[in-house]
Amino acid sequence: MNKILIKGGHVIDPSNDRDGIADLLVEGNRVAAIGDQLTVEGAEIIDAKGCTVTPGFVDLHVHLREPGLEYKEDIASGTRAAARGGFTSIVCMPNTSPVIDDETGVRFVLDRAARDGVVRVYPAGAVTKGQKGEELAELGLMYEAGARMFSDDGLPVISARVMSTALTYSKMFGVPISTHQEDPTLAGDGAVNFGRISTLMGLPGMPEEAETVMIARDIELCRRVGGHLHIGHVSTARSVQLIERAREEGINVTCEVTPHHLTLTEDLVKESGYDTNTKMKPPLRTEADRRALISALRDGVIDVVATDHAPHSFDDKDKEYIFADNGITGLETAFALLHDRLVLPGDIPLDRLVEAMTTAPARLLGVEAGSLKEGAIADVTILRTDSEWAVNPGDFASKGKNTPLVGWSLTGKVETVLVDGNIVLRGGELV
Amino acid sequence: MSPDFQLKQKAQIMDEAAMGRALVRIAHEVVEKNSGTDGVILVGIHRRGVPLAERLARQIERIEGVEIPCGYLDITLYRDDLTLRHDRPLVQGTHIPTDITGKTVILVDDVLFTGRTIRAAMDALMDLGRPSSIQLVALVDRGHRELPIRADFVGKNVPTSRQEVVEVKVRDIDGAEEVVIMEKTGGDNSNV
Amino acid sequence: MSELKRKDILGLEEMSADEMELILDTAQSMREIIDRPIKQVPTLRGKGILSLFYESSTRTKISFDLAARYLSAGSVGVAKAGSSLDKGESLRDTVRNVEVMGPELVVMRHPSGGAPHYLAKNVDSSVINAGDGYHEHPTQGLLDMLSVRQKTGTLEGLKVAIIGDIFHSRVARSDIWGFGRMGSEVVVSAPTTLLPPNIEETGCRVEPRVEDALKDADVVCVLRLQLERQKQSFFPSVREYHALYGIDARRLALAKPGAILMHPGPMNRGVEITSDIADGPQSIILEQVPNGVAVRMALLYLLLGGGE
Repeated sequence: MNKILIKGGHVIDPSNDRDGIADLLVEGNRVAAIGDQLTVEGAEIIDAKGCTVTPGFVDLHVHLREPGLEYKEDIASGTRAAARGGFTSIVCMPNTSPVIDDETGVRFVLDRAARDGVVRVYPAGAVTKGQKGEELAELGLMYEAGARMFSDDGLPVISARVMSTALTYSKMFGVPISTHQEDPTLAGDGAVNFGRISTLMGLPGMPEEAETVMIARDIELCRRVGGHLHIGHVSTARSVQLIERAREEGINVTCEVTPHHLTLTEDLVKESGYDTNTKMKPPLRTEADRRALISALRDGVIDVVATDHAPHSFDDKDKEYIFADNGITGLETAFALLHDRLVLPGDIPLDRLVEAMTTAPARLLGVEAGSLKEGAIADVTILRTDSEWAVNPGDFASKGKNTPLVGWSLTGKVETVLVDGNIVLRGGELV
Repeated sequence: MSPDFQLKQKAQIMDEAAMGRALVRIAHEVVEKNSGTDGVILVGIHRRGVPLAERLARQIERIEGVEIPCGYLDITLYRDDLTLRHDRPLVQGTHIPTDITGKTVILVDDVLFTGRTIRAAMDALMDLGRPSSIQLVALVDRGHRELPIRADFVGKNVPTSRQEVVEVKVRDIDGAEEVVIMEKTGGDNSNV
Repeated sequence: MSELKRKDILGLEEMSADEMELILDTAQSMREIIDRPIKQVPTLRGKGILSLFYESSTRTKISFDLAARYLSAGSVGVAKAGSSLDKGESLRDTVRNVEVMGPELVVMRHPSGGAPHYLAKNVDSSVINAGDGYHEHPTQGLLDMLSVRQKTGTLEGLKVAIIGDIFHSRVARSDIWGFGRMGSEVVVSAPTTLLPPNIEETGCRVEPRVEDALKDADVVCVLRLQLERQKQSFFPSVREYHALYGIDARRLALAKPGAILMHPGPMNRGVEITSDIADGPQSIILEQVPNGVAVRMALLYLLLGGGE
């Protein structure tokens, strides 16, 4: 049996309240032992002195673009990007072409992931057929095929009745419904946050209430009918307030925040001179919103960090601002960006960041991940928190080079990644 | 762009009194040549041609007792060397108080050199109307013509080398009245 | 200052008072050429100007074309309808074509804020923004400033009231930045639905009541109301807009005696402005048109007049 001994690293395992130097022994695809000064015959030794050892990261929000949009990303490139970013389990969104809205689609993604992928892929199925917001998709059959989340991401579920039905129906499977909160009548053709930047730059704005009225609506629906409401990519201070209040009332609502909404603001649109890599949905918001998101993540009101990795081709982004596609890549920069911009300045403790990227999303999704306890599945990420590097999209495994972080110097690097007991990334290089 | 050579004064060739005498003489010559001032318009070329034309007008008024129209002309937009220059000359505007068609236009400039400024000035005048004739006053003619142009009235002929610069100073602009020869030292002389 | 040390004219937000002063002075000299019987000088002979209009425009395009012609530059225009711009050619491909055609200057109007900035970044030619989305329309701002300065001699200390759809107006933004930089006090007034958020950050003051904005104004700039905004529910009816924000003789009388009345055109008579004042003695609306040509001539000269 394959044995790997990770020696001398600083282990952070939020599932186990472990936070200190320890050796970690992996046998086969399981964590066999964790403790001081382990010695094992015939084990491959990974020297993790000076490194941080965590459960493999879990990302609840990734666009792998396959099937149909392989020119932007595919399962092979997207899962490799995940591995380079320290992610060992990812949820891929169903807004592909065709939309993943039935059992066949879910099986296709799982088959492709088994064949081409290097990390675990959990497909999210569409909530409604064709993501049209009208008829409920076959949630049950998709669940049985392996879907672990439902979402019409990229689009809101416009009909309150359909959303209510979906929440009600999903209770049979205990799977979260992840939402893209955007009231289209308020969002209009908004390209940036509605506020000073939309005014100064003459770009159509998307107001925060396009997000918050939908959150308020879905909280009310969830309060009445139950189910698990998971709010995707929250971006405003008010969103966080609404969610916090709902949770105080005992409503089963969770939420996620992206690395970019935690670290960037609308000002970057102006500073970058209309760089379309600052265009995404929801848009980058204000500094006050960003501060509120950071506090909420620290305090646990926001459960998890999810990248909303949205790869696009050069052509899809190299356009006039209002015509460019929405979204940026995130898998390969997420940890470094958050570590550099939030952990080092002291805004978020490292153990909380690790929890929000591992144990919390694993628990939320209800999958086996996010733990380094003895017997746990051997998905492990080893980080160098003192290593500085410059973001160069040319190095990305992702086909999407669309990031506003080009040239940014970030401290914090993913060194080694184990998936199911196998080394997929070693010394920052894909195996 | 500032030139990367220095100018050093070499000699004064006219002082205030000499300039005044030259203008008085030219005023008489203009009146004589045109048998009076009927249909005569003075037009100064920006910048130093303008105050010189005004003085000439005053002199002629003193001699003949009539006020003659006096205007100014900006030839920047007619220059043939715009794309060769590193700087972009300021456009200062053109104003001629009467229609020039059928009139005798007397162009006034400070220094006549290659003739290109006068060529541009004549083009500019032609766009404004059809004068019956154009005559030229130059306070200093320094030679080195590149076009078949000559002055009808000259204050002083001054032989110069191409390395030299003739500077006419007038009180309204420069706070002094004199004509001096400057010599270029060092730097690149190619784009003067 | 005698030179404009920039390649492009993208907006007035980033332009200094000195630069604007130079442009206005030069434009004033250009005015004289427009009033001549022979409206042409040879200044830019042999220079090529390409205009790309991704949005319909009559007067701005004509104004640029005349400016080019008066300076003897060759001007070729592409308007949206029937051209490759209409066939969905990407802006990048347009840019690449522009590069090989090699005009000295490109004039661009585009429905997206920032499109001329994209072009400017990617071509060696000078770029003049002829209106991008509802971001800026710098040549309109400059011609408004020139028209006022001809009447008042200075822009310093003037109260300029801009009335109308500030939200969707690139003219408003350029006017606010331009007049503001030259020392005017700019006040805006609009129905609350047509007032963009944080507009004060451009340096203007907001007066919710149009009467307060007009009070003691030296200059009243009335913006065009795009009537399709009614369908988008920005205001309930043209009648109501006119009643609440339309400028007529009674409202104009609140401004200083002899205050200057402007409108960037085309006007909706009887909507944002009444005919009696639009055609009245305080109006300089027709003066704005030749001044527009003069400003564009000045910019063409200042950007292309010298060699490198």
